[in-house]
Amino acid sequence: MAISSLPQEAPAQPPTPLLKPGREVIVDILIEQGVDTIFGYTGAAVMPIFDAIYRRIFPHTGTVPNIGPACPNCSSQCRNYGNCAANGIDKETRCLTPLFVENDMSKNGNDAGTVYKPGSQVIVDMLLEQKVETIFGYLGGVVLPLFDKLYDAPIRFIIPRHEQGGCHMADAYARATGKPGVVIATSGPGATNLVTGLATAMMDSVPLVALTGQVRTDLIGNDAFQEADTTGITRPITKHNVIVKNPNDLAQTIREAFHIATTGRPGPVLIDIPVDMQLAQCPIPPKKDIELPGYKLRPQGHSRQISMAAQAINAAQKPVFYVGGGVIISGAAETLRATAQKANVPVTTTLMGMGTYDQSRAESLDMLGMHGAAYANFAVQHADLLVSIGARFEDRVTGNLKTFAPNAKIVHIDLDPASISKNVHVDIPVVGDARQVLEAMMPELEHKPRTEWFEQIAAWKAKHPFRYDKKKDVIKPQYVIEELYRQTQGDAIICTGVGQHQMWTAQFYKFKRPRQFITSGGLGTMGFGLPSCIGAKIAHPDKLVIDIDGDSSFNMTLTELSTAVMYKLPIKVVLINNGYMGMVRQWQELFYGRRYSQSSLVNPDFANLARAFGCAGLTVDKKTQVPDAIKQMLAEEKPCVVDFHVDREENVWPMVPAGKSLHEMNGLDIFEMA
Amino acid sequence: MKHILSALVLNKPGVLAHVAGMFAARAFNIDSLAVGPTDDPSLSRMTIVVVGDDRVVEQVRKQLAKIISVVKVQDFVGQDTVSRDLMLISIACPPEKRPEMLALIEMFNAKTVDIGPKFVMVEVAGPESKIEAFIEACRPYGIKSLVRTGTVAMARQSHGKIEE
Ligand SMILES: Cc1ncc(C[n+]2csc(CCOP(=O)(O)OP(=O)(O)O)c2C)c(N)n1
Ligand SMILES: [Mg+2]
Repeated sequence: MAISSLPQEAPAQPPTPLLKPGREVIVDILIEQGVDTIFGYTGAAVMPIFDAIYRRIFPHTGTVPNIGPACPNCSSQCRNYGNCAANGIDKETRCLTPLFVENDMSKNGNDAGTVYKPGSQVIVDMLLEQKVETIFGYLGGVVLPLFDKLYDAPIRFIIPRHEQGGCHMADAYARATGKPGVVIATSGPGATNLVTGLATAMMDSVPLVALTGQVRTDLIGNDAFQEADTTGITRPITKHNVIVKNPNDLAQTIREAFHIATTGRPGPVLIDIPVDMQLAQCPIPPKKDIELPGYKLRPQGHSRQISMAAQAINAAQKPVFYVGGGVIISGAAETLRATAQKANVPVTTTLMGMGTYDQSRAESLDMLGMHGAAYANFAVQHADLLVSIGARFEDRVTGNLKTFAPNAKIVHIDLDPASISKNVHVDIPVVGDARQVLEAMMPELEHKPRTEWFEQIAAWKAKHPFRYDKKKDVIKPQYVIEELYRQTQGDAIICTGVGQHQMWTAQFYKFKRPRQFITSGGLGTMGFGLPSCIGAKIAHPDKLVIDIDGDSSFNMTLTELSTAVMYKLPIKVVLINNGYMGMVRQWQELFYGRRYSQSSLVNPDFANLARAFGCAGLTVDKKTQVPDAIKQMLAEEKPCVVDFHVDREENVWPMVPAGKSLHEMNGLDIFEMA
Repeated sequence: MKHILSALVLNKPGVLAHVAGMFAARAFNIDSLAVGPTDDPSLSRMTIVVVGDDRVVEQVRKQLAKIISVVKVQDFVGQDTVSRDLMLISIACPPEKRPEMLALIEMFNAKTVDIGPKFVMVEVAGPESKIEAFIEACRPYGIKSLVRTGTVAMARQSHGKIEE
């Protein structure tokens, strides 16, 4: 988009500095700096800026410069990549000089019993020791030694089309199985392409081990070709990261990485491995228990705290269990069901907690929060006790914190002490693993009838179910999801992008088991849908795996369709195509006076595009075609994309506007109308 | 309220970056940070002064403890602690002011470490309040430059006070 020059206001030298909203100041300064074209993508945190830009733009199609990497000094054959001139090697010999000098460690201090191997082989051995079966990754100069050893290793390798895709695949593989995902990328751009994937995994506590190549240790810090400070860049978006600079550390570092990624509150761990470490002779010390003095796990929970929580539950008239992804991670879904039924307490889940509690049960309150069920939000606001299990009181869940669950005493069960009392004041904190804590609590719980409370909940459920207009002669997005739910008997593994379609999926697909719903909750990463669908399908080749995606989200990573084709993965993509960044458009409709600044794209013909990739592709624009199209899709043996042209301006209801209290939902009356 | 946190961390590259990065990412403000080795070569000690209400400082403590290379974190609040800053300060001091300045230095139990025709450099160690008072006392003479280490602290084991 291009900004025209400022409207000509004669600047009459104001005596005090002119006060303007920050968004206007930003655009003023951009114009002052001579910016006439901006490349950008909207989202909740930049919508005010987009609104300011909207006032001053002419529609304009910018061309994106096509910049590819190239050796700045000589031919692409140069084995010194860009460093030849810096190293004072002349042009004739530069292509002949060996890039790396093998470091023979076996000569110095070889302890008896310790095996020495090239680092690249040590990495493979460690991956096998950790029982890794599948790796996602992309090649590059400084990981060639490792890839050479992987060539002979009994490990399945999946090449994505972009490292971000590979990272999401490994992430979904982990979410679908509970085993750690492994992703490999080269230095520099390979590593930076992992950033979104790592942050996504970090926010949703997904166990991931990322291995990145790095330039030779003696070049680090010299701005070598494809050098990036990978550990610096990824520090805040990994649970832990390290760079290996000593061959003696390599093997143990990998063992520790798997340990840290998979225990406690899981998360991504990145190991940056300079290429000379891959070539050096590295020892493999005998396997022993991991000792990390700074890493303590407290899974049991304090028995006094557990008793206090149990007594609070027994005493409560109107308790609610508020359950997050921690319950899935700890494998506590079954224990949770038993606990809730024994104590007779209704259960609401966060987006990440979906699947922990069978939604077909009467005491399931489904999802709470900004686009949660009205009955869940009402129940929380009326509760006298809120028991949070493996959830973290995120703002999309709580609405205005000051008025969140105003009458409730709060019990918080979480493995991460830092999550407790971070956002809300907690009356009874229990630091521990959800399953262990619930199991310890169970004998102390009493069954209480709570007839009034359950009657009240049933009344809310009857009055405010998730609803939409079924009469209108357009394809309602909710209808597509409902029909998909019906035809798959609620049994498919569902992945999503981010936006309205994600919320409708959470509202209209009822989940019954953990690890069935794979979505980017914490970071809200558009483009997660397709790669995660591929990762989950690789983890579960026998299960039906479906990506319910938005048109704009899908556009971000649809290149991974060719990965699905290459590995013959019969995944399904249900495209909820409203021709908008629907969620953003909804906010602009409601809060920015319908000014749809930069929130629609010109989409390709997705069905045709899918066919060009080697997938099956269908377009559906009539309501009556929906059931057959889904049937056809489910029968399809190739990867299949079905492009549903849905009602363009449908909104997600109910909605708690940002900053409002949970019970102040918009759209409840719309519900009753329908 | 001011809290002094004392963190035992692994003496490995990248640990300071992890700690500093966490403070920046979580928008915690720190007053001072002092790092140094301990008697165990594998460990370093970081002393961090944070100002904030109890909830914020509790979060700081937990987030610090969560960093894999941080072994142990203590909050000294409510404990009897000895805390010290070290300062080097260079003060404008022409010869005619010397006797006055030396008396001041003596009064504060400070130490003259360098002296020239126009200045005197002084080393002062002590609780933060003493350092602040010395700075104020020097201001009228003209401070040329000043460096401080940030607070280091240790909890008292005994109950009696030998010196404050
Ligand atoms: C990578 C990324 N960029 C921007 C956003 C902000 N954002 C949230 S939802 C949304 C629109 C999504 O559009 P689409 O995928 O078509 O889904 P819809 O809401 O229309 O169902 C945007 C831009 C985001 N979540 N992720
Ligand atoms: Mg859309």
